[in-house]
Amino acid sequence: MNNLLVVPLIIPIITAVLLVFLREQIMLQRIISFITMIFISIISFLLLNFVQTDGIIRLDFGGWIPPFGILFVADSFSLLLVLTANVLTTICLLYAFSTIGERHEKMFFYPFVLFLIAGVNGSFLTGDVFNLFVCFEVMLLASYVLVALGGKKRQLRESLKYVIINVVASWMFLIALAFLYGTVKTLNMAHIAQRVAEVGQDPVLTTVAILFLIVFSLKAGLLLFFWLPGSYSVPPTVVQALFAALLTKVGIYALIRTFTLMFPLNQDVTHTIIGVMAGITLIAGCMGALSGRDIYTIATYNVIIGVGFILIGLAVGTESALTGAIYYLIHDMLAKALLFLLVGMMFYVSGESVVKKMSGLIQNYPLFGWIYFLVMLALAGIPPLSGFMGKVLIGQGAIENGSYVLLAIGFASSIIVLYSLLRIFLASFYGETTISYEDRKPIPRGAYVAFVLLALSIVCVGVGAESLAIYVKDAAKTLMNPSIYIDAILKG
Amino acid sequence: MKINDVILRTVVKGVVFIILTLGVYLFFSGHNAPGGGFIGGLVLGSGIVLLYITYDLETVHRKMPFDFKKVAALGVLLATGSAIGAIFFDAPFLSQTDIYYTFPILGEKHLTTVTIFEAGVALTVIGTLVTIILSISEDE
Repeated sequence: MNNLLVVPLIIPIITAVLLVFLREQIMLQRIISFITMIFISIISFLLLNFVQTDGIIRLDFGGWIPPFGILFVADSFSLLLVLTANVLTTICLLYAFSTIGERHEKMFFYPFVLFLIAGVNGSFLTGDVFNLFVCFEVMLLASYVLVALGGKKRQLRESLKYVIINVVASWMFLIALAFLYGTVKTLNMAHIAQRVAEVGQDPVLTTVAILFLIVFSLKAGLLLFFWLPGSYSVPPTVVQALFAALLTKVGIYALIRTFTLMFPLNQDVTHTIIGVMAGITLIAGCMGALSGRDIYTIATYNVIIGVGFILIGLAVGTESALTGAIYYLIHDMLAKALLFLLVGMMFYVSGESVVKKMSGLIQNYPLFGWIYFLVMLALAGIPPLSGFMGKVLIGQGAIENGSYVLLAIGFASSIIVLYSLLRIFLASFYGETTISYEDRKPIPRGAYVAFVLLALSIVCVGVGAESLAIYVKDAAKTLMNPSIYIDAILKG
Repeated sequence: MKINDVILRTVVKGVVFIILTLGVYLFFSGHNAPGGGFIGGLVLGSGIVLLYITYDLETVHRKMPFDFKKVAALGVLLATGSAIGAIFFDAPFLSQTDIYYTFPILGEKHLTTVTIFEAGVALTVIGTLVTIILSISEDE
């Protein structure tokens, strides 16, 4: 029992509710939400270190021993993601302070960001499939509000699509849960894993597993990403960054958890399907990124490419591939948040979103331009930045496993990513500027702080990959050997 | 045109009391029998909505000057507060406890911390329900 485990879920919720009473005091709202996020980030870092010394920790709510009660489970994998999510949300809040505008702030913007992060943290930490559904819903309900907040015509149209897609996906999630409960008679993840291993993964269970695959693919943007480019390009910049960094990653987390812990036995079917889906996602994402004319389209298709690449790691399924997937997941969260913040700022300073209509931004904003250059290199996977470790390890796993097609697609996609982002760099940042230095629109200082902090964390994850390795290796070890997870829950 | 709703108003005056009493009854019975915070809150909320339908917004608001968004927030605060209360007694999150206590006049009663949680749920349901109905009706 360790009550610290519930802090990343409950503290944002309580703070968010308190902020509702402080609707008019914007300054106070900013300070409280910022302190809360720093506090949770510290707690999740402490938890991560606890797990290294004490092994997997769990918290049985209300003292109900598993498999009967609901519980939170923390292993290195979930805590690494919780830590990354909280740190980048803290930084995104800094960006929001100077850009989001009073209208949003008075319409409960900060409470909803906190609800969003509560749902994300809950999804990462829960050890019960139904509770996962609930945490998904907490996250999605907050995201519905954040997409629609602002009420522009285009925003309402896209948010309607977003809501409908997600409601349908949640409905399918519920059906999949009902099937699962009907077959194995339990909802505790470790208990499901144990029972699936006992009876063997027969065709019925594989069908249930594929149903989960479809649900989480919709959420993660794996193959079924048709809703993603539209709905990710309409909300305010900081919301886009949070969505790109967090929402699809929760879907990826759920996929990895489901297919390493609960349904790992019939890999011929499930992991082959995941591999095919990841390959098609990469190809389609690359086509989208190449054909895009405006910066938002290119950025959103880069999210899709990232999803496909991480899931190659899952499809290959060797220990080094999963290690790489975890590295890449952390990198992708940070880098995509930064990419969306930068793209939003490009739109803010130039008033244009079409690549060719901008020119020479780096003349007026040198630091801004070089940070863009940095994130571009990181996304392409150039050492020593954060994308490198993940790409190398996933590649190594693919070679060990003989998945050369996925390997080729994956590394070809890196070149496309580099090309699509370089195109923006050459057209929009390089060249002659039409605006003189005096007439330029200044970038808010808070935004610069956010850029620099995120850029620093990308460099740190890349350069400090060695010191990160103890956590990531432990995470991959638990993913590869589900029995560690199961024993920690059911034999504790 | 102002419709003549004297019958509605007279009936509602009596019926609202019955509805609110039923709501409170359901809330308390929920511990060992069907009922509870959610259902009790729904019934209480529907009683308040009935008041809003019968009389106009201003009249009801004069007597009940609550911002129902804040009522819902208070409810969530109460529920989460009772859930984290357990942490301070070194028990797992969401743990509950109960005692039998003899009151001077009422006699022996069963007191539980779940009731606080349920009260939070009830307030959240009332707040959300009334907010939804009011925001629909305000939109002309």
